[in-house]
Amino acid sequence: MKNQGLIARRKLANRFFILLSVAAAGFGLVWLALILYSLFYNGFSAINAQVFTEITPPPGEKGGLINAIVGSVIMSTMAVLAGTPLGLLAGTYLAEYGRYGRLAFFVRFVNDILLSAPSIVTGIFIYEILVAPFHGFSGWAGAASLMVIVIPVVVRTTENMLLLVPNGLREAAAALGAPRANVIRTVTWRAARAGIVTGVLLAVARISGETAPLLFTALNSSFMNHDLTQPMASLPAVIFQFAMSPYEDWHHLAWAGALLITATVLTLSVIARSLEPRKH
Amino acid sequence: MADIALREEMISVPERVHAIRKGGARDTRFKLLTLAAALVVMGIFIGVILSLVIGAMPSIKAFGLPFVWTDKWNPVTEKFGALPSIFGTLVTSFLAMFIAVPVGIGIAIFLTEICPRFMRRPVGIAIELLAGVPSIIYGIWGLFVFAPWFQEHVQTWFVDEFANTPILQDIFAGPPYGIGIFTAALILSIMILPFISAVTRDVFETVPSMLKEAAYGLGCTTWEVMWRVVLPFARAGVVGGAMLALGRALGETMAVTFVIGNAHHLPNSLFSPGTTISATIANEFTEALGDLYAPSLIYMGLILFFITFIVLASAQLMLRALERRAGT
Repeated sequence: MKNQGLIARRKLANRFFILLSVAAAGFGLVWLALILYSLFYNGFSAINAQVFTEITPPPGEKGGLINAIVGSVIMSTMAVLAGTPLGLLAGTYLAEYGRYGRLAFFVRFVNDILLSAPSIVTGIFIYEILVAPFHGFSGWAGAASLMVIVIPVVVRTTENMLLLVPNGLREAAAALGAPRANVIRTVTWRAARAGIVTGVLLAVARISGETAPLLFTALNSSFMNHDLTQPMASLPAVIFQFAMSPYEDWHHLAWAGALLITATVLTLSVIARSLEPRKH
Repeated sequence: MADIALREEMISVPERVHAIRKGGARDTRFKLLTLAAALVVMGIFIGVILSLVIGAMPSIKAFGLPFVWTDKWNPVTEKFGALPSIFGTLVTSFLAMFIAVPVGIGIAIFLTEICPRFMRRPVGIAIELLAGVPSIIYGIWGLFVFAPWFQEHVQTWFVDEFANTPILQDIFAGPPYGIGIFTAALILSIMILPFISAVTRDVFETVPSMLKEAAYGLGCTTWEVMWRVVLPFARAGVVGGAMLALGRALGETMAVTFVIGNAHHLPNSLFSPGTTISATIANEFTEALGDLYAPSLIYMGLILFFITFIVLASAQLMLRALERRAGT
């Protein structure tokens, strides 16, 4: 009898906690669904051709986001072009040369800290070295602050992907007489190519919504601007400015920008996922 | 034939030596190149710390350590203290963890044990994708959608309902602004939720199915297997993942800045507006004039970096230890 009571109690507890975790899952997923819903609802109703053809308007007038889009694209491109080779080489050092050495340990540690360090702090860093000494906000500073965010992402994925390459490949190439540098460049990099590209795409996804460091490096601009020595608009900075303003039309444009960013990020992550090598 | 081939090779020996030497030199050059890149990463880290310390120096000299527990913030008289910001950062982050960790673990349990098999991959992928959505999206949603709704439907009810209950009347006091400490914490928790779920699920999947099957074989219920076998086995990973999430929450700027209210005083209730370190910096840095204003903001950045560094470093050490265990 007592035993049966115990079983009943355990079953009850089981049902209770299962229900709780289903509820937790429901709770979490509902929030996320709500956010996506209002993003798509408000975003799509605000997106039109003007968004892609006109520059950001003064309050009360019609306009678009093209200067912000162009600014974001220019700065992100610069950041990725500069950050990828650096990250690739540093990741290669960690996976191929440094391995278990003391220096590699420290670099790995520092890199993982930079990977999740507050991005606003990287903004201050770039402000101190690129904005304050030259007395002015600039697109270059914005690109540099994004580059500081790109590097750790590329380092991390490059190292992970290179470590997945079987050692047999390296040994086979070395046995054919290839110097180590050639082994790395022609065999290991090639074998890990898909994974490394994934890392770069993830880095692009990461910086395309990054706002905090841009606020005081590239600042913002309400004009079309291709000159990297001048302050430059970017989608996240414009969203921040417009959403915090009291103007209704600016709010609509902020939603449109938010939708553009999310769509970009989700597309990039889906492509990155499809390239990622399966773990065994 | 063989002789000729041999002789030909012997003739070209100096050339080959030359080639090998050249290859060796290139090899060294490439190695140094990668080493230099690794040192650049190191240099960025050191540069961040140095720039923060140098930038904050005037403020450090003027206010010293009491900066941390002073609650005045007056740009006009140039009296600065970081207490309200530090307090807001810690309170919003820990509240967010308080909500997100149980829910995130719940989602992970749901995904690994309860969810029908055909739904696992799509739901899992959806959560991973959401982990990549930029924080500014959560912020603008909080500002435009959640705060007005919360203000109208929930907050007034709470304030009215508990108006005469001791303790609770203080926790839920104040005019219902919609934005404030609680809203910021909730938005933060929604933001870190996918991250915690994804990490926890990954760790749960490393639990050998043999262990789980053995427990089921002894007659354990699903809950008992999760609580007594899977969670203890995965503990270090779950804690490490949660600490990484905490690191993000502490440093998060955009999701918070929109909805915290930017008020430089110590919040006296859960619903009152406050500020965090990152929100203060984001709002005021470009407008900071005077000799001590910007340095004080950078000083706060230094404090933020210090706090997140400790959290992230311990998370890493924990996860490293886990990897080493899995490796052996």
